[in-house]
Amino acid sequence: MAPIMQGSQQWVEKYRPKQVKDVAHQEEVVRVLTNTLDTGSCPHMLFYGPPGTGKTTTALAIAHQLFGPEHYKSRVLELNASDDRGINVVRTKIKNFAAVAVGARRKNEVYPCPSFKIIVLDEADSMTEDAQACLLCFSFLTFLVSKCSVFKPRAIAVQNALRRTMETYSKVTRFFFICNYVSRIIEPLASRCAKFRFKPLSEEIMNSRILYICKEEGLCLDAQALSTLSSISHGDLRRAITYLQSAARLFGSSISPENLVSVSGVVPEKVVEAVLQACRSGNFDIANKEVNNFIAEGYPASQMLIQLLEAIVEENDISDEQKARISKKLGEADKCLVDGADEYLQLLDVVSNTMQAFSNMPEGFAYES
Amino acid sequence: MLWVDKHRPKVLDHVMVHTEIAHNLKKLVKEEDCPHLLFYGPSGSGKKTLIMALLRQMFGPSAEKVKVENRTWKVDAGSRSLDLELTTLSSANHIEISPSDAGFQDRYVVQEVIKEMAKNRPIDTKGKKVFKVLVLNDVDKLSREAQHSLRRTMEKYSAYCRLILCCNSSSRVTEAIRSRCLNVRINAPTEEQIVEVLELIGKKEGLQLPPGFAARIAEKSNRNLRRAILSFETCRVQQYPFTSKQEISPMDWEEYISEIASDIMKEQSPKRLFQVRGKLYDLLINCIPPEIILKRLLRELLRKLDAELKHEVCHWAAYYEHRMRLGQKSIFHIEAFVAKFMSIYKSFLIATFG
Ligand SMILES: Nc1ncnc2c1ncn2[C@@H]1O[C@H](COP(=O)(O)OP(=O)(O)O)[C@@H](O)[C@H]1O
Ligand SMILES: Nc1ncnc2c1ncn2[C@@H]1O[C@H](COP(=O)(O)OP(=O)(O)O)[C@@H](O)[C@H]1O
Ligand SMILES: [Mg+2]
Ligand SMILES: [Mg+2]
Repeated sequence: MAPIMQGSQQWVEKYRPKQVKDVAHQEEVVRVLTNTLDTGSCPHMLFYGPPGTGKTTTALAIAHQLFGPEHYKSRVLELNASDDRGINVVRTKIKNFAAVAVGARRKNEVYPCPSFKIIVLDEADSMTEDAQACLLCFSFLTFLVSKCSVFKPRAIAVQNALRRTMETYSKVTRFFFICNYVSRIIEPLASRCAKFRFKPLSEEIMNSRILYICKEEGLCLDAQALSTLSSISHGDLRRAITYLQSAARLFGSSISPENLVSVSGVVPEKVVEAVLQACRSGNFDIANKEVNNFIAEGYPASQMLIQLLEAIVEENDISDEQKARISKKLGEADKCLVDGADEYLQLLDVVSNTMQAFSNMPEGFAYES
Repeated sequence: MLWVDKHRPKVLDHVMVHTEIAHNLKKLVKEEDCPHLLFYGPSGSGKKTLIMALLRQMFGPSAEKVKVENRTWKVDAGSRSLDLELTTLSSANHIEISPSDAGFQDRYVVQEVIKEMAKNRPIDTKGKKVFKVLVLNDVDKLSREAQHSLRRTMEKYSAYCRLILCCNSSSRVTEAIRSRCLNVRINAPTEEQIVEVLELIGKKEGLQLPPGFAARIAEKSNRNLRRAILSFETCRVQQYPFTSKQEISPMDWEEYISEIASDIMKEQSPKRLFQVRGKLYDLLINCIPPEIILKRLLRELLRKLDAELKHEVCHWAAYYEHRMRLGQKSIFHIEAFVAKFMSIYKSFLIATFG
């Protein structure tokens, strides 16, 4: 049998907008970049916001539109967390890239091809602070030079040295930083960029993208499935598209809400209810059995904590104090899971605590010395 | 060959337990486009079996012609260069590695080795470039950094490379990775399903099973299919023909832990704690993972305890297991749990019986 799956493509890539104007819901950045396409000028940029809202898409689209396929490689450097971005690597990679002079724009060139290069630092929040500081030196020599001019004679040598470096590198590069949390970017870097916050996509926008893909792929999604999809993806279009493709490939072209839930790793309602029921029983052994069962079924405990919280907040029969007590424990357990703690033990602790809260047992432990 | 390997179903059509998933995976291959896959579920539930059968469905029998190699990669880590040693299992169309084997250097495996593998496309006999699959085991054991590094690789080379990720605890896999994958949950088989598999193996081996025999093995397996098959084979070695009263012996280390639990319940003193420490060391030296020891110990203690104490004890087990993750020497934390338990239990005894 010949190897198959030649034409295989992920929908996330297939339906990634190729042009800035097709990026939905992020009007401000689209307006600025459209202007860039006309004028050929562009500041350093910082895109931040939750996953799957179009940050990488926008950066790649503008780069392609500015330089076209022919010059893309020589003009655009994409560094992301899959590259080693320790300080040394950043220094050499960027230096080597930026040092090659930009050729003059050809007469018959169809792309704007402005006379700078673009360095895209995707997932910049996972870079070390050192490496970020190092970047500062490259991108903002211009700034340093202008500051230096107030230092009078002693700084003249420095100024000259800086200016030489500046001329070779910094005038010709624009940085695009992309991250989830702007607070992880060191302040001096962030403050020198035009900052754009990418908003979580609204349900309407998500639905219209999803319906478009359904049409292209010949899928049938009813209103209920559509609303399930948007509620389990939390404004993250990448997630929505991945779930859609997964469900389509596993369950065929007619997709039910249950199909979507099953590919998303979300815990089914009735499983959450069974665990809560065990908590209400007041019997530790029953609860322990339920937790064992939950783990054997392979559901992710971290996801369970989220859904337990939702369920607890909506409970009618318990007081706010009880809710607070349970929520506090959920938060602690979540942190432990992030640290890599065992799923069974954490969930058991949560369930045991919830059971105690439900039956208003006193907080704290009787026999702890 | 052990029965677990000998009787592992090779093709999706022969998979017994997860028939529906197998059926869906077949469809996935037929449709010719699929996202990356993340298989998760408890140990011994059948993840590896499904992945191997899936590869065979994709690439035909050639997927089974694998070679095992120990390879070394030279990696430039900024100021110095590192040698990374990894074991790979590869066929013409796929490579399987466990990147977490590189320990704290796992980030370099993702950044250098995996990226390299994802970039290079194999060429078939007609000189045509073909599609490739990377199987990564134990992704839940990868550091955060390494997981972050994987994100963009998953997007960038997706035109001709698919990742199949496999792990036990999907909570430890970052949201960013999970949202880039088709999540395939592999639940542990039920006891009835385990009985079915055991009976089939018995038939293939030409064995007579007394009524209820397979059910007893299944009951002791904790829904772990691998474990059930292993203990079935052990029974076969110990005594055949089987008798209906034949003992299904627990694993040595489990018995040992249940001894430790009895020791702790009998006496709570520094001297006893010291003795217990020796036994815990024995277990660790025999490579029983520390969290498994702690969980088993908790289980044994809970069986013997008054309902009143159970909440408190399970809390401290969770507390010390978490500390163990953050620390380096697991013995400290298991021992701290034992000491805590002794102190609680002693105050309980004094309060109750004076
Ligand atoms: N604003 C948007 N408009 C159109 N498509 C989007 C938008 N945001 C995300 N997408 C879709 O989601 C996928 C992931 O988007 P991406 O730009 O990689 O997200 P991130 O913000 O995490 O970098 C893209 O392939 C695209 O199909
Ligand atoms: N679907 C199945 N049908 C029959 N036997 C199975 C099936 N899945 C697994 N097994 C048996 O159980 C053993 C353990 O399964 P494995 O796939 O290695 O589990 P995991 O990777 O989840 O730890 C295998 O060696 C195989 O013999
Ligand atoms: Mg991105
Ligand atoms: Mg395994």
